[in-house]
Amino acid sequence: MTLLKYVIGTIILPKISVVKKIVYKEYVYTYNFSIDKHHGLCYTQIEQMFFGGEGMDRQILHVDCNKFYASVECCLHPELRDKPVAVGGNEASRHGIVLTKNEIAAQYGLTTGEPLWSARQKCPQLVVVPPDFPTYIRFSGIVRRILQDYTDRVEPFGLDEAWLDLTGCAGDPVETAHAIRRRIRDELGITVSVGVSFNKSFAKLGSDYKKPDAVTVFSRENYKQLVWPLSADELIYVGRATKKKLAERYIFTIGDVANADVSMLRALLGKWGGMLHAMANGRDNQPVVPIGEESAVQSVSNGITTPRDLINDHEVKAVLYMLAESVGRRLREQHFVGRTIEIQLRDNALVMRSHRTTLDYYIRSTQDIAEEAFALFTRQYDRARPIRSVTVGVSALEPDTTPCQLDLLDSAARDKHEKLDRAVDALKARFGDGCVRRAIVMEEPELTGGSPYETHTIHPVGFSGKIDD
Amino acid sequence: MNKKVYVEVTAAFSPEGTVIPLTVKWQDGTVYEVDRVLDIRRAAALKVGGCGLRYTCRILGQQTYLFLDEDRWFVEAR
Repeated sequence: MTLLKYVIGTIILPKISVVKKIVYKEYVYTYNFSIDKHHGLCYTQIEQMFFGGEGMDRQILHVDCNKFYASVECCLHPELRDKPVAVGGNEASRHGIVLTKNEIAAQYGLTTGEPLWSARQKCPQLVVVPPDFPTYIRFSGIVRRILQDYTDRVEPFGLDEAWLDLTGCAGDPVETAHAIRRRIRDELGITVSVGVSFNKSFAKLGSDYKKPDAVTVFSRENYKQLVWPLSADELIYVGRATKKKLAERYIFTIGDVANADVSMLRALLGKWGGMLHAMANGRDNQPVVPIGEESAVQSVSNGITTPRDLINDHEVKAVLYMLAESVGRRLREQHFVGRTIEIQLRDNALVMRSHRTTLDYYIRSTQDIAEEAFALFTRQYDRARPIRSVTVGVSALEPDTTPCQLDLLDSAARDKHEKLDRAVDALKARFGDGCVRRAIVMEEPELTGGSPYETHTIHPVGFSGKIDD
Repeated sequence: MNKKVYVEVTAAFSPEGTVIPLTVKWQDGTVYEVDRVLDIRRAAALKVGGCGLRYTCRILGQQTYLFLDEDRWFVEAR
């Protein structure tokens, strides 16, 4: 412990707080720590605070609820336990895909995201249960409360995953991981797998390594034997496209990434290249961010799979307007403006593309968002196939009080759009979401029925911290 | 096969916030007194599904589980 030699005096005030004096280089730091029942004094935190994360390793847990939706359903309906079960959306409105399946259904080769008709072909006796999100949210809340018994540094990732930072907490992290696993199993009747490691990405790999109801430890001693042989796309951020690019360079495993030349990776993948290299070598210093602190809203988006495929620009435009209406209203309610517009398109061959553009100015009005999104669509989409689902998002958010540069021509128009939105929002708040609609939305009632604003949406908070390499 | 039966319960709420069941009204209308609460913990009702705060109670000399799921009480009926 390199730090100890810098600590020259410790005064312990009776059970309330600890005052530490630390000498580092020519500076003397005095720091006041209060002690609570879970974590006493945490040297690593002090060390990170002063010496930038050198020295003792962190102790990070990643808890993953196995097949969460299906497990909850089986817990609530014990008669389903020994049957193949899939939680799936409504087929009539074309949301009929497998959201999760239980262990028995998995043995038939069902995959998440697969259409239900194909799942039934593989497994005719499959029981399909409609999703019950309020219950999943309730279970997720109970899990989170259990996790918060061990540390206040809990970062949820979606409903069914979370990172915990146990650095400096009393007790052995592996013991704690087992305690968490047992408690969730006994108290909720669902199983979790836990990864224990010295950084977030390895902890996440750990929770995937052995499941269900298991604990995996990736330490500095064993990660080269255990993590490096894993396929590169197990790493968070490595999707289909990146995997392909890596494979072209004969990079197949995480070990290959770790041993690759970092400048080659950067040339191949841009800034992500350096980040992946750092991650594969265990140099991921992203902190576990307790929710409600730094990880405020990073983007606002809404998407829909339309009841039938979109076949011309006008239909796309109508749907973009409908989505922009909700995105804009949510931005305005939360007092944000944003300047990165993103659209995600999935065509009827289920190929997903996303396009984004960053503007010179901040926007938040429905019309501006919709027009920018449509312009992006016209520029980028090759129109090879009809479109099945569309998502519109706005990111690079700033509070709407941020000063901004006006311009002579467009600012006045944007101002006008915002005034219109304010009036429409007030009407909607009072008389319901359907009371005022845009003409373009009404032209395509079949596609734009329902309000994305009123229906509940769940998505994980982005794992978008930056890793220095 | 056991089944989940929601029941009517009278309970005492202590000033500290603890809730202790006093009587349970069975499906047939009989009211049973809870002699003693032996244990309270969060647990899954493995036999009938669901989870909640599990009260291990002694009723007429028999040990029974009584579950409090949010604001409803249920038992694992035979």
